[in-house]
Amino acid sequence: MTRSTVSGATAKSRSRRSRVLGRLAFLGPGLTYLIVLLLIPLALVLSYAFFRRGRFGGVIYELTGENFTRLFDPLYLDVLLGSLKLATAATLIALLFGYPTAYLIARLPAKWKTIALIAIVLPFWTNFLIRIYAWIVLLSGPGLVNTLLGKLGLGPFEFLYNDGAIVTGLIYSYLPLMVLPLYAAIEKLDPQLHEASANLGAKPARTFVSVTLPLTLPGVITGCMFVFVPSFGNFVIPELLGGGRSIMVGNLIRDQFLTARDWPFGATLAMALIAVLIVLLLLQSWSARRA
Amino acid sequence: MRKSRLLYVPFWVTYIFLYTPIVVLVAMSFNAGKSPYNFEGLSLKWYGKLAGNATVREGLVNTLIVAAGSTVLATVLGTLLAVGLARHSRSRLLDGLGVLPAILPDLVLAIGLLVFYSTVKVTLGLHSVLLAHTVFGMAFVTAVVRTRLTHSDTSLEEASRDLGGTPVTTFVRITLPQLMPGITAGALLAFTLSIDEFVIAFFTAAPATPTLPIVIYSMVRFGVTPEINALATLLLAVSFTVVIVAQRMTRLTESLS
Repeated sequence: MTRSTVSGATAKSRSRRSRVLGRLAFLGPGLTYLIVLLLIPLALVLSYAFFRRGRFGGVIYELTGENFTRLFDPLYLDVLLGSLKLATAATLIALLFGYPTAYLIARLPAKWKTIALIAIVLPFWTNFLIRIYAWIVLLSGPGLVNTLLGKLGLGPFEFLYNDGAIVTGLIYSYLPLMVLPLYAAIEKLDPQLHEASANLGAKPARTFVSVTLPLTLPGVITGCMFVFVPSFGNFVIPELLGGGRSIMVGNLIRDQFLTARDWPFGATLAMALIAVLIVLLLLQSWSARRA
Repeated sequence: MRKSRLLYVPFWVTYIFLYTPIVVLVAMSFNAGKSPYNFEGLSLKWYGKLAGNATVREGLVNTLIVAAGSTVLATVLGTLLAVGLARHSRSRLLDGLGVLPAILPDLVLAIGLLVFYSTVKVTLGLHSVLLAHTVFGMAFVTAVVRTRLTHSDTSLEEASRDLGGTPVTTFVRITLPQLMPGITAGALLAFTLSIDEFVIAFFTAAPATPTLPIVIYSMVRFGVTPEINALATLLLAVSFTVVIVAQRMTRLTESLS
């Protein structure tokens, strides 16, 4: 009796020890890695936003709020609002084309569905910079679009180095990220709902607005986030297709870190970028809970 | 049904939009002329020039070293973390931490790592890029393996434990084989994402050891040259093959629906 209690107790403590060990062995390495190479770096950036810049670059560890007041300088505020505008335009246009595309893919026969989906993802799987480069070849002064227009007696136009070129590049880069969540949401719809709506006398447009759209709204919001987030902080596309002016917040952050050597202000801009994204994420989770 | 015909307009516009630039790049890579805009007959000369380009070759080697190293590290860490999160933790905070690198803007992660490396005085080089790529690679491996774990049956693991299997034997002989498709998919994802990654490498690589995307970036900035068309076509061929093979192996599109 005593022996069995004792062995039972040791077995229990042994199993508890093995549970703790298991937890350590599985969670330990990954979490340590994330703490050292993700959380500490993020905390450093966050803290830099509150320090003064050194005269020759570097950081003076003296608390200041001046980085945040600089953020509201019209010069920088314009860049933030401009990024917001371009990223929003890219997101809405991607949605406008992505939704019907995802809708039709979901209605295709199984075999074609797979092919259509792979065809959407394939361009996404090629180097990002090469996809941007392709647009330089197409849109530049002597480029293909102008050559074709010239045959019609039009142009030449300058399609590159403006907001339109930036938005085109953003859409081209992130359109697959819009189509995939939309497809997943539309695919889950029960086709009987459409029949029911039609039987009750609703026209297709009415069915779309009152049935399809509300039910696929979480997919719409996810897709919009997937396009908006990488668009908003992008610096490569504005640089290569927008002519290299500092017009989006990503360019500004890159310049503060690599050219101006003003790391505290660069960190503050990064914080502003994250703040906008957190607001959007909260909106998304709020709408997902309502749906 | 007349209404749905109208839907075919944006559908086809989307596909034409996606493939026109690619078709043009591939066609231009076989151009005999020097102009990147006018086709002047077939030739493979840009492929020859590309083969002789030492910068591109070094960039490719650097990229493969970084991708292979970070994939191995990310796969091991990510798989362990996924099992840990699914079986040994109920914390939503830790769950969030696991996916954070995947949703965080790459620019923020990049400057964070740059600040971190400079604070702890790590010299930049291939190792700094490799460690950086592991951060997001791990997030994708964790996510894919976790999805697989939530769909897998825990009764086998319980049976193994009841029959006296130690946690290690249970993990190696029961859990791991079940997870293999997820681990393969996660590793493939980490590898291809690392090969393509530019922003983080741009901030964490040393000027002397650029990865291929950094080399491409400076080529594109320098000006339009048909050599990039040849490189683009080769990369397209490789990634198209990888995606199609991966699709066959893991049925990526089925897991979407």
